[in-house]
Amino acid sequence: MIFMYLKAFLVGGILCAIGEALILKTKLTPARILVVYIVAGVILSAAGLYKPLVQFAGAGATVPLTGFGHALAQGTIQAVQEKGWIGAFTGGLTATAGGIAAAVFFGLIAAFCFKPKPKDF
Amino acid sequence: MKHNIPDSVIKNYQTMVRKLTPKSPLGSGCLRAFVVGGFICIIGQAATDLSHVYLDLNASEALTFGSVFLVFITALLTGIGVFDRIARYAGAGTVVPITGFANAMVSPAMEFKAEGWVLGTGAKLFTIAGPVLAYGISTAVAVGILYFLIGW
Repeated sequence: MIFMYLKAFLVGGILCAIGEALILKTKLTPARILVVYIVAGVILSAAGLYKPLVQFAGAGATVPLTGFGHALAQGTIQAVQEKGWIGAFTGGLTATAGGIAAAVFFGLIAAFCFKPKPKDF
Repeated sequence: MKHNIPDSVIKNYQTMVRKLTPKSPLGSGCLRAFVVGGFICIIGQAATDLSHVYLDLNASEALTFGSVFLVFITALLTGIGVFDRIARYAGAGTVVPITGFANAMVSPAMEFKAEGWVLGTGAKLFTIAGPVLAYGISTAVAVGILYFLIGW
């Protein structure tokens, strides 16, 4: 149990450290990092390389954006297996609907409730 | 090149320069991203495990709950201005996890309230999330079509 949390910390931390190195050493901005990570997650997952990492590290692999890409890819593949070609268009968003809907909903609520803070830098 | 500066002076100068040059931010930046990012994943794991046990969710629903929980916390912390402070310290540590995706939606949505609820908040909600979803979803659809055609 404790071991699982340690593995989540390690793998999640390493994925973030790689992101930081990419921001500092290349021209990738945080927005581009997000795009690169989600696309990388879809491709790695489709190639069967990401699932072992999820089994090993749990949230350490699913919480980073690569995990979001993994959910998109696995949802799509599963839907294609069940429904044929139409699954390519329905599976990805079905699998990630919770996270996306939550981000849109809470984003809107936060914008309604809070005033933007003056940037102090 | 000819010069009459003694070698010892040059050596001293070089050590001085080495001492005064700020260390590359790479090491400390990556360490901070590692620690904060890892900690966020622990929170995600805990939310997933607890919802599995106490909210009676199955494994994949519990994973969704973990994401929704982190997104909620991020929206709240962004709203009260705390997230920015953590993000400035952690760099990619808050960008790479789903917190980065959530913050990238909440922050401009708040910021552009002045431009109206539709083309301000509503549109800016997707400034960064839009491209992320566009490329992510399109890659996944392409994967699905390929999978259907060649069935790998």
